[in-house]
Amino acid sequence: MSPSQNKRWKALIVDDEELARHVIREFLQSHAEIEIAAECANGMEAVKTVAEHKPNLIFLDVQMPKLTGFDVLELIGTDVPVIFVTAYDQYAMRAFEVHAVDYLLKPIGRERFDAAVERAKNRLGEKMPSAHELSAAARPPQQFLERLVVKDGTKVTLIPVIKLDYAEAQDDYVALASQGKKHLKQQTIAGLEAGLNPDSFVRIHRSYIVNLERVARIEPYGKDSRLAILSDGTRLPVSRAGYARLKALLDERK
Amino acid sequence: MNLNTALKNQHRIYKVAALPIAAVLAFVLQTPGGLTWLQAGLLGFGLAALGELISLPAWYSCRIAPIQKTWIWRLLGTHVLAAQILSLLWLGAGKLLAHALSFVPALQGIEARFAEKTAIVYGAGCVFYLLAVSFHYVSLAQEATHELEARAMQTSIQARDAELKALKAQINPHFLFNSLNSISALTSIDPARARDMCVLLGDFLRLTLGLGEKTSVRLSEELDLLQKYMAIEKVRFGARLKMHEEIQEESKVCLLPPLLLQPLVENAVKHGIAGLPEGGDVRLAVQRQNGRLSILVENSWDPEAPPRRSGGLGLKNVQMRLEARYGKDASIRVNTEGELYQVSLSLPAESEEQA
Repeated sequence: MSPSQNKRWKALIVDDEELARHVIREFLQSHAEIEIAAECANGMEAVKTVAEHKPNLIFLDVQMPKLTGFDVLELIGTDVPVIFVTAYDQYAMRAFEVHAVDYLLKPIGRERFDAAVERAKNRLGEKMPSAHELSAAARPPQQFLERLVVKDGTKVTLIPVIKLDYAEAQDDYVALASQGKKHLKQQTIAGLEAGLNPDSFVRIHRSYIVNLERVARIEPYGKDSRLAILSDGTRLPVSRAGYARLKALLDERK
Repeated sequence: MNLNTALKNQHRIYKVAALPIAAVLAFVLQTPGGLTWLQAGLLGFGLAALGELISLPAWYSCRIAPIQKTWIWRLLGTHVLAAQILSLLWLGAGKLLAHALSFVPALQGIEARFAEKTAIVYGAGCVFYLLAVSFHYVSLAQEATHELEARAMQTSIQARDAELKALKAQINPHFLFNSLNSISALTSIDPARARDMCVLLGDFLRLTLGLGEKTSVRLSEELDLLQKYMAIEKVRFGARLKMHEEIQEESKVCLLPPLLLQPLVENAVKHGIAGLPEGGDVRLAVQRQNGRLSILVENSWDPEAPPRRSGGLGLKNVQMRLEARYGKDASIRVNTEGELYQVSLSLPAESEEQA
């Protein structure tokens, strides 16, 4: 058996359309070294399957139900080479170009497919760019996050941003407070702030972003700082710069 | 405005103006102690009737020397010269008239008395000429303004037409590329189905182009297009996509703007079914009742689905087109009830028999 006959590669195909998965499956037949570990019809399944099968190559459709390809990347981390697949999304395409991520356009051509697979194989061990950066680059201008994706263990939770009360920085994580619960997400608070609509969310402190809708009142606290009291009674520190931003936004709303 | 109607208009306006001019002339001629009221009246009316000798040429000279484009000295020169010549001509005509009238016994001496008023009549001629000139310039300016307004209106109508055409002719690239990818997959699985799909896609594109050309189509034509569209999407989504049609027979002859429902059904698939792992239903119901056409496009959807790009564009286009066509007589309403997304249209039921 020649070395190339060894199934050294485990691939995962993620696309909600059976016919689209079929094309990739068929093209992979000529790559004897690659074995198809599993196929997934949606992002939720994909996140679970990645944990189970530990593939080292993923074909990932961008537009899918429940979770987009970017959401999936965010949840599975950056260790596995991903080849994105999309039909037509100019912003996503530009983001892939900027971050030198491999992608295939539907209808997928054989040559381009083979080239992408070769490149991905050579990239094993390299990290993918951060999913936050990639999805931020792929977001059309003036469009903000509408929901946040969080993984608690194996459970994936979607938090619509309108249900986000506030976010608190905790080292490399942010704690997202929503409906009385806190969810930890691996992201910087600045990264989160960049994705949120600045008309609704304001950075009131180095470590806090608050949903403007939730602010009930502001009280002085100590010499130079203040406290924001949320409608559920939560008290959050407000820095001097944060108070200026908060006040500007509240004045605008009047 | 063409020249003939312009001349006719001038003539009509002059006829109205002639009476006061005659009165003024008669008044001038009879004072102080010159002609008798009768003589002055006759001559006044005569001169006023001949006044078009002045008014009409003034109109020509105004056209030849447009006020914005002619040097002031040339303008003055032209009109002063024209005023002299025309007043002289007019005065000459008046003298001839006076001479003719002097043969009437009751009007004896009219010629000699008129001769005394030469200077006044001549002056009046110049004044009339200048009045006519200013009147013509004003009306020319008005004409130009109307023309400009009409042209601006025309341009804005054309712009809106172009916009509406562009709105109609949109074929979603996402749909096109995904369909091609489905065909590509089918070529090895089931070549016959791949061919069917090519034909379907061809038919769909042809229908889209053909209907987009028209201003109105029968509902049945739009339904044909929708069926092709759904057949293509069914290949792509398989069992995930189910379509239900409830079309009242009488409504099928109704006329509506082309490709009005297509974007709504496309939205139902793109934003509804595509976001559901298990898929769902698209329901299209059309009813004609009391002179109104009610259309409902309903689909299952996941309120927490990832936001799609270009969200709401198709709906906005439909709204704009309805507004452009029917004004306040048509309405579009979006209703979300849990897992159901409903778009309802109400528009006047027009059909070819009425049109």
